[in-house]
Amino acid sequence: MAEIIANEGGGKKGHGKKRAKKHSTHIDMTPMVDLMSLLITFFMLTTAFSKPKIMEIVLPDNSEVDTSKGPEIEAKRTLNLILSGDDKVYYYVGKPPQNDKDVEATRVNLMKTDYSKDGIRKIVLKMNMLLYEKVDSATQEVITGKTKISQDSLLSLVKIYKKKDKRGPIVMIKSDKKAKYRNIVDVIDEMAICNVARYAIVDINEFELKLLETAPK
Amino acid sequence: MPKLKMHHASPRIDMTPMVDLFTLLLTFFMLTTSFKPTEAVIVDTPNSISEKTAPDKNIMMIYISKDNKIYFNVDNGLDSTTHVRVKVLEEMGKQYGVTFTAKEKAEFEKLGSFGVPMKDMKSWIDAKDGVEREKYNTGIPCDTANNYKDNQLNKWVLYSRFHNQGIEAAVKGDGDAKYETAKIVFDILLENKLSRFNLTTNMEKVEIKLGDYKGK
Repeated sequence: MAEIIANEGGGKKGHGKKRAKKHSTHIDMTPMVDLMSLLITFFMLTTAFSKPKIMEIVLPDNSEVDTSKGPEIEAKRTLNLILSGDDKVYYYVGKPPQNDKDVEATRVNLMKTDYSKDGIRKIVLKMNMLLYEKVDSATQEVITGKTKISQDSLLSLVKIYKKKDKRGPIVMIKSDKKAKYRNIVDVIDEMAICNVARYAIVDINEFELKLLETAPK
Repeated sequence: MPKLKMHHASPRIDMTPMVDLFTLLLTFFMLTTSFKPTEAVIVDTPNSISEKTAPDKNIMMIYISKDNKIYFNVDNGLDSTTHVRVKVLEEMGKQYGVTFTAKEKAEFEKLGSFGVPMKDMKSWIDAKDGVEREKYNTGIPCDTANNYKDNQLNKWVLYSRFHNQGIEAAVKGDGDAKYETAKIVFDILLENKLSRFNLTTNMEKVEIKLGDYKGK
């Protein structure tokens, strides 16, 4: 302790010499405390506590691939999402229309939904249930300690599950001019939530735009 | 007599432990602080479930503001002695016929993100404070027409990549920005062979109860 009791050695009162030395060694620390509180407040307020998070996306590099002859994909598995303004999402299952006749055929399938948990998530999750349950049970087993593997090997296990997946949806994300940036992030996020193995952001074609013109508002 | 003695006791409080504690806290905050970088524009990012934290070094950031303007920022990479930022600026200057003095280059290195076309770059650097700089932030031109001729964002990305191969790209867009604008940015990144990049988001936890979805 910095405070030294001034009365120490009080028994030697008779000696004049000693008395002269009896200055209080106490230092007033109040200004120091003031300054420190100020600095602490300053640093506390300027600290950026929550670092921003990032979400990685991979876009198909289409510079060298002939896009007219894309890989053959099962029409039944193809889920087309078309993002539009006012937080609307249109979706249909099947091949995108390539001519006016297709437009008529696809129109019947076109449905409208939104970004809520009963909207797009329900649709995607229903198509992806098999894979989702597989990933979910693996994750749960690690959390509860049933299987003892590290977080990294869990991630690589999930990756393998996703690679082997043969029945889940292939989601094509398209958007018209009215969509907001938020919408695309929401959809990609939804893909991550539902553990969708295959999805891509692709350009909308002219027939789909035609389809949208008559879509339910 | 003992009662009287009580009155004589000093009312001073021993502040030493308090000072000790404060010093400790102060040291902690000083060491953990990383100052919020001054950004030219406020961007309200959308939410995602991603838990990956953004790298704070070796990154070039493209901002898309609410009113669809594009801002750019590039750091010096892992080793700040390489002065990547200055090199990129010099290269841009060469392209658009602007020469910068040594003082301007040093000033530019200290500044953060910008949304300035090259023709205003000199005045933006020379401006005396942030308020004055504000008016030059009209967004980086990135016209995709004319075969990327006056696409300054494309050049910024290109030269940043040229001077720092390992640099990562991140897009920080406002949720209310148009997708069209984001698409232009994505296309530019693709053009520069950056098909893998990051989107800055806020974290938001999502829990799924399978029972809600299993019916039917």
